[in-house]
Amino acid sequence: MNEAGFPWYDSLLISVTVYTGAFQFVLTTLMSAGASILTIALTAFFMNSRQTFYSLTFVDEFSKMGRRKLYMMHTMTDETYAVNCTLELPEKEKQQVMFRVAILSKSYWVIGAVAGSVLGQLIPVSMDGIDFCMTALFVIIFIEQWEKADTHFPALAGIVMGLICLFVFGESRFMLPALIGVSALLVLYNSEKIRKAAKEK
Amino acid sequence: MTVYILFAVFVSALITFGLRALPFLLFHGKRKMPEWLSRLGAILPSAIMAVLIVYCLRSVKNDFVGNGIPGLIAVLVVAASYKWKHSTFISIVAGTAVYMVLIRII
Repeated sequence: MNEAGFPWYDSLLISVTVYTGAFQFVLTTLMSAGASILTIALTAFFMNSRQTFYSLTFVDEFSKMGRRKLYMMHTMTDETYAVNCTLELPEKEKQQVMFRVAILSKSYWVIGAVAGSVLGQLIPVSMDGIDFCMTALFVIIFIEQWEKADTHFPALAGIVMGLICLFVFGESRFMLPALIGVSALLVLYNSEKIRKAAKEK
Repeated sequence: MTVYILFAVFVSALITFGLRALPFLLFHGKRKMPEWLSRLGAILPSAIMAVLIVYCLRSVKNDFVGNGIPGLIAVLVVAASYKWKHSTFISIVAGTAVYMVLIRII
């Protein structure tokens, strides 16, 4: 945040209200470039739409959590989703653990964002290129998903569609067509797979 | 803090929460989500991650020497070191350090 020229209270505000991973960094980039609100809204939609799929898994469980339900919905991030998926506990206990995971994850995130922003101002040397750590993180998650996957089609489709759209639409406009394109491709891929499976039977 | 920033943050927060809340609004009780949607949800994450990597390296297209070569080399460093040690921390530090050095000397 600070690297992009925003004060620490902007980091605080964004971490508390938006509270999401990669998109927070993209939001910073978009705001420092003065992008239109529509661009920001659409980017938020496409970058965070994956979290809709996370929520799908927990609709039943969160609905039983009473007043904590809204907070659980708000804190559905990649990390809490991953942790919640690994929990195998009796219902009441699981609800408590999931709620604590949600509170702790958010606290770490907010504290980290503000600390980074304040400390960043104290570092005298140029930190140009520090933003590469995000690229590195995505590459690592990509490799992890690649190793776990039984088909590499989605990953390869993402790379190819991303590159095609980059060259067709250009640097600042390729994200949306790429995400729509790859989603459509994957829906086709799924239905083709079902058709083939049906034929084999 | 400008009105622009406040508005941008507000819109982002609203959309992000809305996306997380959507399944709770759409599918509760007897209404189950359609098969094609849950299947798409299962395989979409790897594709999104791939597009995000392309997004991070997008300047490769217009500034291949100054930005592209350092970016691609640093990605290789991250991938190779992660394959080798499987440590998120080591790979992020190594890749970022290599990138920061390369953009200064190339």
